[in-house]
Amino acid sequence: MPHQEAAGAMAADGALLVSLVEEYVSGLQDSKAEDTAAGIKANQFTILQLVEALGVSLTSTQPHTRARGVQLLSQVLLQCHGDLSESEVEVLIAFYENRLKDHYVTTPVVLQGLNALTKSSLLPTGSAVSMLRSLFQDVHVQSLMLAERASVYSMLLNLMESREAGEKRPYQLSPCHIQMSVKLLSTNRMFPPICFQELKGLGADFVFGFVQSVDGERDPRNLMLAFQIAKNIIYRGYELGKFAEELFEVTSCYFPIDFSPPPNDPHGITQEMLILSLRAVLAGTPRFAEFLLPLIIEKLDSDIQSAKIDSLQTLTACTSAYEHKDLAEFLSGLWASIRREVFQTASERVESAGLAALTGLTSCLSRSILSSDSEDSLNSFLEVVLKDCQHHLCEPDLKLVWPSAKLLQAASSASYRACHIVAAAVIPALVEQYNSRTQGAHRRTILEVMQGFIHTVKNTSQSAEDSDVLMAQRDSLCAVVFSALSENQSDLQVTSMRVLSALGQQTGLLLESDVERAVDHLNRLILEEDDSGVSVAVIVCAESLSRLHPTAFITKMVPTLKQEIFSAESSQHAARQRCVSALAAVSTQPSVVLESAPVLLEVLSAAHAGRGGFSVEEVVAVCFSLQRIADQALDTSQETGRFFHDIIIPRLLTLALQAALQAEGSSGPCSPLVEEAVLSAMVGVISATCAKLQPDLAGQTASRMVSLFLEGDVSFLCDDSFPPHIQLLKPGESWSRSQMVCLLMACVCSLPRSVEVPQVERLMEQLEELSITCSHALSYTSAAKCYAGLVNKRPAGESLSALIQRSTERVSSVLDASPASPQRTQAFTLLLWLAKGLLIRYHPLSTPLTDKLFCLLGDPELGSPAADSFSLLMSDSADVLNRDCHADVRMMYRQRFFTENSAKLLEGFNSAATTEKKSSYLKALSQLVSSLPKEVQLTELPALLSLLLEALSCPDQGVQLSTLSCLEPVLMEPPPALIQQLEALVTRLLVLTCSPAMTVRISSLRCLHAMSRFPEHEVIPLRARVLRALAKPLDDKKRLVRSEAVLARADWFLLGSPGGK
Amino acid sequence: MSGSGALENANPLIFQRSGARLLTASDEDEDVHDPIDDREIFDILVVMSINDPEHPLSLEELNVVEQVRVQVNDTDSTVGIEFTPTIPHCSMATLIGLSIKVKLLRSLPDRFKIDVHITPGTHASEDAVNKQLADKERVAAALENSQLLEVVNQCLSTKSL
Repeated sequence: MPHQEAAGAMAADGALLVSLVEEYVSGLQDSKAEDTAAGIKANQFTILQLVEALGVSLTSTQPHTRARGVQLLSQVLLQCHGDLSESEVEVLIAFYENRLKDHYVTTPVVLQGLNALTKSSLLPTGSAVSMLRSLFQDVHVQSLMLAERASVYSMLLNLMESREAGEKRPYQLSPCHIQMSVKLLSTNRMFPPICFQELKGLGADFVFGFVQSVDGERDPRNLMLAFQIAKNIIYRGYELGKFAEELFEVTSCYFPIDFSPPPNDPHGITQEMLILSLRAVLAGTPRFAEFLLPLIIEKLDSDIQSAKIDSLQTLTACTSAYEHKDLAEFLSGLWASIRREVFQTASERVESAGLAALTGLTSCLSRSILSSDSEDSLNSFLEVVLKDCQHHLCEPDLKLVWPSAKLLQAASSASYRACHIVAAAVIPALVEQYNSRTQGAHRRTILEVMQGFIHTVKNTSQSAEDSDVLMAQRDSLCAVVFSALSENQSDLQVTSMRVLSALGQQTGLLLESDVERAVDHLNRLILEEDDSGVSVAVIVCAESLSRLHPTAFITKMVPTLKQEIFSAESSQHAARQRCVSALAAVSTQPSVVLESAPVLLEVLSAAHAGRGGFSVEEVVAVCFSLQRIADQALDTSQETGRFFHDIIIPRLLTLALQAALQAEGSSGPCSPLVEEAVLSAMVGVISATCAKLQPDLAGQTASRMVSLFLEGDVSFLCDDSFPPHIQLLKPGESWSRSQMVCLLMACVCSLPRSVEVPQVERLMEQLEELSITCSHALSYTSAAKCYAGLVNKRPAGESLSALIQRSTERVSSVLDASPASPQRTQAFTLLLWLAKGLLIRYHPLSTPLTDKLFCLLGDPELGSPAADSFSLLMSDSADVLNRDCHADVRMMYRQRFFTENSAKLLEGFNSAATTEKKSSYLKALSQLVSSLPKEVQLTELPALLSLLLEALSCPDQGVQLSTLSCLEPVLMEPPPALIQQLEALVTRLLVLTCSPAMTVRISSLRCLHAMSRFPEHEVIPLRARVLRALAKPLDDKKRLVRSEAVLARADWFLLGSPGGK
Repeated sequence: MSGSGALENANPLIFQRSGARLLTASDEDEDVHDPIDDREIFDILVVMSINDPEHPLSLEELNVVEQVRVQVNDTDSTVGIEFTPTIPHCSMATLIGLSIKVKLLRSLPDRFKIDVHITPGTHASEDAVNKQLADKERVAAALENSQLLEVVNQCLSTKSL
């Protein structure tokens, strides 16, 4: 019985198959192909049965019926090629090859079938060759339609893949695949060609067949495939035989590619992709050299800029594969063309492509192996280059000096040898030129050229000894630099300092005596030169020299600067400032830090004692310099870390504490060290130090700090006159004492997360108390920040949650107390910082806190500060809770916060009763939106647009400004939602161009400017009105506003005017 | 007037561009009134490019406009510009002058009286060109001509450099 059932089923399947075939072939129902393929996949019937069922149609006398029959088979094969057995494939290939000879209407579907078969992993040996032979023999590819041509190319590609790799690799061709292959181009060549005996067996016939089939191809999609095949042929070592020139001809006829894709091109093929694929083919083999190089020279004569650039870039690509013998014949022609382009062009792209090509050529020549009897090709090429360029460096009017110098530098940057040859010839000539010139501008140009060459020497030399070119010229170069430094022209001085830095970065080049002379010059410039450009350059130069030559700076510069700082009276404010920043700049090496940092500390103690007449700004500058030293020196050196830990931090704290205690006692003028600005600058120093110290030292610093603040332990400070058990965290103490908490914050909030803060529970308790009960703003804010910084780094868990719960309750009880509590501001500050500390680490308990902030937006008293607080929540704060302080900051917390809360804001805005409340919500919203990345803004914009427009008419300037700053990037690519609101937008923007705040005027003008680039038909009705309104800001009292107005008005004038846009 | 045929000046001298104006603290200060000065007018003009496919260069690079040849008096509301054609027979001189004039008309407040003329002694038909540029009606008529306006506008389109 089961047997009978099976037979019955088979019979039914057979009938089904016949009907499917019938309906497809005669009934022309294309969907039946799917059904048939599905049947075969489900093993309902076999390919053999299908062929049998097709029998009648395949032998029909009507070519169209035959074509339809083959089409069904091909369609099925496209889907089932993986299920075929080797013998089936063999039979089918034989069948299809034979069908190629059939009537032309069948050819497309036959190719489709063959293409499907080439995807099979079980191609029998020899079948590829026979397939290709019949293909090349029976089909004229270029007379086929586009899709059939594509299937021929993909067949070739499939065969190349499967025949070569020996294993099955799924090879689906897509543009991105090709692009990837283009990128992999250089790596491909690393692999030795794998087994592709079979296709190689065809020998050059394969290449010839390909050349014939591709000749005349016009479609960019097919060209991408064809270039890919050509590239495979070249890179995988196929026999080119005598067809190299033919292969070159059929591909190079597209060079240089000029293709602009149609608008809305669904295939996404760009000119760039075609250029890169073609370049990979053309530059792939030295065998093309004799044809390609003349072509490049010819195309360089073209008037079209893109052709020039493409030619030069292709040449650059060639030089990595070519050798001297490939280039030899064309060198002079190539050089002449490159030189002409660089000398004459006005386009930077052409120039840089030309220079890159010259570098490529030179490095190719540098690689070539010298034979004993031939001349040195590099030498002779560079001789020509030098002959053509060098004299321009010496012309009296210096007209072509820059292009010549760039060419020479490009050539010399190719290799050490090239650099040696060029520099040896050019540098002495430049030195001589410098000495013979008298005009400052000329001398500066020559110095700049010189600097370029010194850089090239530096970049090409592999080891320190290699700079012997410069070594030979050292004395004359130094003489030039020093003479320029003593000139009285600031730009000459600036340039010479650049040259000096370049020389100073070469190990072993400058003698100690040279450096000392240089330092003398620098000292003089720091002390005497007021020009801002020069002072910046001096500092940069001193910094770079101090890296290799610290001794000269210790012995010569630091003492001089110190003397100047202490001797100068306050009239010399600027010089003092320069000395202080120079001290920081030269402290690149630990040995210099040991000398320079104590000088800065000395300034602080002098300022504290009231000696020397140091102003608060100067003290702040000193602290910034200390921070800069901490930033640049602590990363590299253990020694400096210990120095900061042992000396700098204790002395800073001592001074600060002395100042605080002194301020308590006296009613007279206080030490500058109790000023908020100075303390904040000290916070920077301590925070930078603690963040970068080695963990053990950081831990020690932290425990000292904590015991100072909790127990009043002053033992580590450098003054034994302090009373024992100083109370620093008690709310009742004086402000000068309680504000010291910011220094505690600087230390404990910057520690790496691995370092434990001792007694942290007790510390946090006291901080919370201080932050709520203290009445001095700096003290309670710092305490709140410190508390938040500690919470941010505590490990998640029960104890943390309990702590947050407790604080939240306390804050809420103060905020909601029914006769308004005097401590509401303090509680609000703690709430804000705590919310920030938790929000940035994604702690779930941040939500109740931020919700509380949203509630406060409606508060009559705290509404406005609450609105401002959102910008603080969203931005990085400078001293705590940022990544430099090792805080736990998650990626994209801003977006997350925005998506979770924007609805609450909208709701709050809509239900707000008074305008003040509304404006608080608007302000909060605009601050949230402006902190988001542009991509997110664009997606959120449609929902928020009406609100943002409302915000533009809100009287608060802060709201206007932050709204404008989020609109501006959006206007660059206006979304459709915005276009519908043009009228409202323009009206509001035009009003803002007369705002009393200059920043608002500038931003609104920028927005209006961006609107001139909107689709013309949308904005043209507004033109007259905008032009009239923009006449007014042209006469604004601020120049920055006027210049924006000029730009905006010019583009609005061009809008819709002939020749405009 | 267009640059068809052989180039009149195939290899012009190219001059270095000066850097952007440095911002000072008073520029940022709301309360300070910045007068319109020579450099500001110069900055407005230098971004213009001469419509010449062979040399798409700015007026500054061709040294047509120099800062020393710009005279502004903000209180009297007058602006005087002298421009220097690249060569004495430059056929573009009128066009350049017209473009400068239009640019200033569009960029300065109405109160200014704008005077554009050729640097004395640098062009063969200096007087004729100066006369044309000074004649308000001729300037207005020239801008009615849409072909001419097109060329002027092309000079005024700031390229994305």
